[in-house]
Amino acid sequence: MVKGIEESGIPVVHICTVVPISLTVGANRIVPAIAIPHPLGDPNLSKAEEYKVRKRIVDKALHALTVEVTEQTVFEN
Amino acid sequence: MATGNSEVVNNAKALSIEVDKMSKLRVIHYINQFYAGIGGEEKADIKPEIREGFVGPGMALNTAFKDEAEIVATVICGDSYFNENIDEVKAEIIEMIKPYNADIFVAGPAFNAGRYGVACGAMCKEVQEVLDMPAVTAMYEENPGADMYKKFVYTVATGNSAATMRKAVPALSQLVLKLAKNEVIGTPEEDGYLARGIRKNIFEEKIGAERAVEMLVKKLKGEAFVTEYPMPAFDKVVPGKAIKDLSKARIALVTSGGVVPKGNPDRIASSSAQNYGRYDISTVHDLTSETYETAHGGYDPVYCNADSDRVLPVDILREKEKAGEIGELYKYFYTTTGNGTSVKNSLAFAREFTKELIADGVDAVILTST
Repeated sequence: MVKGIEESGIPVVHICTVVPISLTVGANRIVPAIAIPHPLGDPNLSKAEEYKVRKRIVDKALHALTVEVTEQTVFEN
Repeated sequence: MATGNSEVVNNAKALSIEVDKMSKLRVIHYINQFYAGIGGEEKADIKPEIREGFVGPGMALNTAFKDEAEIVATVICGDSYFNENIDEVKAEIIEMIKPYNADIFVAGPAFNAGRYGVACGAMCKEVQEVLDMPAVTAMYEENPGADMYKKFVYTVATGNSAATMRKAVPALSQLVLKLAKNEVIGTPEEDGYLARGIRKNIFEEKIGAERAVEMLVKKLKGEAFVTEYPMPAFDKVVPGKAIKDLSKARIALVTSGGVVPKGNPDRIASSSAQNYGRYDISTVHDLTSETYETAHGGYDPVYCNADSDRVLPVDILREKEKAGEIGELYKYFYTTTGNGTSVKNSLAFAREFTKELIADGVDAVILTST
């Protein structure tokens, strides 16, 4: 799906847990997530903490969209 | 005297059984929690364990080995646990299998189960590198694990679901025996594995010029011909241009995590999806357990059903929109289930809805996957 969208020129940031799979499917901007069943959350945390964690990942993803990349890039931090 | 004779016979029998055991090749089998009968997604986070003998699909493999080999132990690990802790798990499993002095390691078949395929490929590669032991796996060619590891590990081609197990077992067991016995492995077509991208020099009866002309003649006649040098498939996509000003950007959410309005109105399949959904979120500020759920099979749905923002972060993007950090959250989100869904289908879905994204002036996409 990433490629089907990005070939149009619209930049895509892929938030996913298993980064090697994302690299294989050809995502160019990749932001690692938390866990497979809850990529943007953590049920072990309180609601407020969990919200913060999710916000941090979305922030990273938004930041990734503002960075020019020429090859597949994983935005770790 | 009669007693003595029968003892001799018995001893001889015992000895031959002993010899038999000694001469059988020792196989370690790797499977996931599902094939071990431990459970589905709710058990995908179990840690690795090792059991004596065969478990689950190992039975059919073991039978196919006849008297030549036997599964001495089976490693079982949850798919999510493996993929989320890949480096530690690999090392842990290596330690588990060391004492068995095995001749070969076999993983799967994983068919089109993505995380399982990655685990099988990764583990085989590790065994080859660390223990210097041959390893072989089996999966569907579109499994992401195949793309990642077929270069390093013999990967028997299977169908895309466990319904093809009966076909997969003979091909897999034969390749296991060949590798364990250090026999010459044939071409991918001959031995039924995915091409590893390795070229071998062979002698042809006809020179290249003759073969090329024959091929050209066939092509001109419109007949079938087989290239001797298939071109690699370059299917990378050029990265989209960066967004200059997020505060003016219209951003769309897309997911392969199967988030749908409660009740799954478009009946998106839990796996091997044939369709995708487009849902209006223009008045939605938060996904709750009353309003949204996941249609995705293949991962534990409990966390997403309780709060779908954990897969599709609508709540955060609304806050960003309100704060002026992004221009706008696009009024629709697009969703399908990623597990077992063919590359062809996913690509077709994306191409179709991307036309709408372009028409509506969407500047960027956040795509989430489980």
